[in-house]
Amino acid sequence: MSNILDVQHVVKRYAQHTALNDVNLEVPKGSIFGLLGPNGAGKTSLIRIINQITAPDEGVVYLNGEKLQPKHIEDIGYLPEERGLYKKMKVGEQLMYLAQLKGMTKAEALERLKMWFIKFDIKDWWDKNVEDLSKGMQQKTQFIATIVHEPKLVILDEPFSGFDPINANLLKDEILELKERGTTIIFSTHRMESVEELCDHIALINKSNVVLHGAKKEVKNRFKDNSYTVEYVGSLANSDGVFEVIDTQTVEDGVIKSHIRNSQNLPVNQLISSLIQQVELKSFNENIPSFNEIFIKVVGGEANELL
Amino acid sequence: MDKVLLIIQREYLTRVRKKSFWIASILVPFLIAAVYAIPLYFILNSNDTKVVEIVDESNLLKGKIQSDKDISYQFSNQPFEQAKKQLLKSDADILVSVPKNVLENPNGVKMVGKKSIGMSTQFDIQGTIQNELRNIKLQNANIDLKILEENKVSVNAQTYTLQEDGKEQSSSSTGAMILAGVFGMILYISALLYGSQVMNGVIEEKSNRIIEVMISSVRPFQLMMGKIIGVGLVGITQFLLWGVLTFTASTATTKLMSSKIEEKVTTMQKTGKSAEEIKKFKTEFKSKNPLSGISQTVENISLTKLILCFLLFYIGGYMIYSSLFAAIGSAVENASEAQQFMFPVTIPIILSFVLGQVIIQDPDSNLAFWASMFPLTSPIDMMVRLPFGVPDWQIALSLVLLIFGFLGTTWLAGKIYRVGILMYGKKPSWKEISKWVFYKG
Repeated sequence: MSNILDVQHVVKRYAQHTALNDVNLEVPKGSIFGLLGPNGAGKTSLIRIINQITAPDEGVVYLNGEKLQPKHIEDIGYLPEERGLYKKMKVGEQLMYLAQLKGMTKAEALERLKMWFIKFDIKDWWDKNVEDLSKGMQQKTQFIATIVHEPKLVILDEPFSGFDPINANLLKDEILELKERGTTIIFSTHRMESVEELCDHIALINKSNVVLHGAKKEVKNRFKDNSYTVEYVGSLANSDGVFEVIDTQTVEDGVIKSHIRNSQNLPVNQLISSLIQQVELKSFNENIPSFNEIFIKVVGGEANELL
Repeated sequence: MDKVLLIIQREYLTRVRKKSFWIASILVPFLIAAVYAIPLYFILNSNDTKVVEIVDESNLLKGKIQSDKDISYQFSNQPFEQAKKQLLKSDADILVSVPKNVLENPNGVKMVGKKSIGMSTQFDIQGTIQNELRNIKLQNANIDLKILEENKVSVNAQTYTLQEDGKEQSSSSTGAMILAGVFGMILYISALLYGSQVMNGVIEEKSNRIIEVMISSVRPFQLMMGKIIGVGLVGITQFLLWGVLTFTASTATTKLMSSKIEEKVTTMQKTGKSAEEIKKFKTEFKSKNPLSGISQTVENISLTKLILCFLLFYIGGYMIYSSLFAAIGSAVENASEAQQFMFPVTIPIILSFVLGQVIIQDPDSNLAFWASMFPLTSPIDMMVRLPFGVPDWQIALSLVLLIFGFLGTTWLAGKIYRVGILMYGKKPSWKEISKWVFYKG
């Protein structure tokens, strides 16, 4: 799979601080890419560079193998974290305006917008003033504005912030549908459950640096600690050379849950056979770290180091 | 470029569609027409003659004072106090008491009115009595009134400007002054009005948070210029509407008035008024009509040149100030924060307007020259000078400087704007804003 976006050695400095320090990123075509990081890490600075709102002080960004240039604006759809609409404009008129600014002709824009209005069942909004819309309605309008020109790359900055659960679900479905049609989606967030659910690649930015980068599975594997959760009846003790019991708790009558560590990195089958010699096994699961845990480990760990 | 056109279109249409735009466009010309129609109307309809009753204790005035179209004089035989008691019931509007010793004590004249006595009526009555008393005094001194009358001289000079070909051109300095004042006023108001419209437009985009969506589609400079040009076109549209409507309304009023004058003159002739009275009426009418002086000036300078210069200086001045206003709008988050930054920008506008008042008095002074060259003051002050006649090379030089001026301010404003629109949070200081100018990309 080739990359739609290639960020190489990007540096962005402001008067007092460095927002991005030699950032390298590759976003595979057709992926849902999670750009993670705490507030102020540099996510928005990077997104603004990709959108050509600002220029990097050093480094290059390639879109589809071409150096970033003004014509690429039409290939990108951007939903900023700080988003809004012209309040006094009619919904239809406003979307036509934004679509044409993204390079669509009037006829194309009208056709595409009609389709979206039917899809979201909002036909009677066309002549409504934006200020008369509810917040949820405005969010739908903003989302349509982001993707109406069928961009190859969609960048969503904190897309779920401020969305009610119904609209958040709708947005999730649309993101998945966009992916099916081959669109690449970058979304920046610090809400890890949506990352878990949607992303297949991630990059974690902390303090202006990319500290973690790769496919979801691969990143998770890197943070595995070879521990397992087992539920059983009986009593379990450390088995020399095979596993050690980290902790134990009673779940319900007779069933006990333990965390064990496969300290010798033995094959799983061997681990299980060693277990069933001691107890009657009810369940056996490998502990795969959640992104939440990884995030806290990486970001929090650094914070601890500083302390 | 297409995108800038789209932005211009949106900025223009959203404003022109507003009700307030049309109300202002229609109301102002009618106000202007009314301003000069009303005094003329009153001249035509000044039928309400005031009745003045005089209690003449001196016995000097009886039979000598003559009524005119404004005031009809009557003499009362009653003592003043009694006449005063009956005033409310009588036909008289004003009661005048002339004391016995009025020649020695002219300040002893007293007036009592049913309602408060208007200033012009007061002066009229005073003047009439004064004239009569003077005549009596002159007669007492054995001076012949006839000789005095024959020796009255009245000088009424015509002013001309000497042309290069040696011809004299009639110059109406009143007309030029009015026109200069009007130009100065319009440019002053439009710089403030449309400039702050641009600023509020920028603040709106920033506080609505649509700005980031916008600048991911167009360059900040394109957005700023689109807004400035769009609002500027709204201004030009408004001027055109004002011009056409004022012209229509004024022509209609003038037509209406001339037919009324003819009517009035006919009735005056019928009622046996002297030719001199009719002539006096006509001159009074003409002097109250400001249009006659202005049209004279416009003929002298050529209407095309005036309109062309007005448009060029309007555009130049507007570009300079609106770009500065746009920069201010980008740096703040709401209109109240903008106040502090607006002050230094409004100072040169106010200054050029104040200088304009001085320049009207002496349009060829050094001050006038420099004020009409400096790009921040030239839009208003050159237009103030123009009706008095300005050499072409000065107009050209001023325009060239103006172009450099607005290239400079739009460049500067663009630099501040592109950083400012993305800055939220605390209000920036002047120092910070000046740093933005040097930010890269």
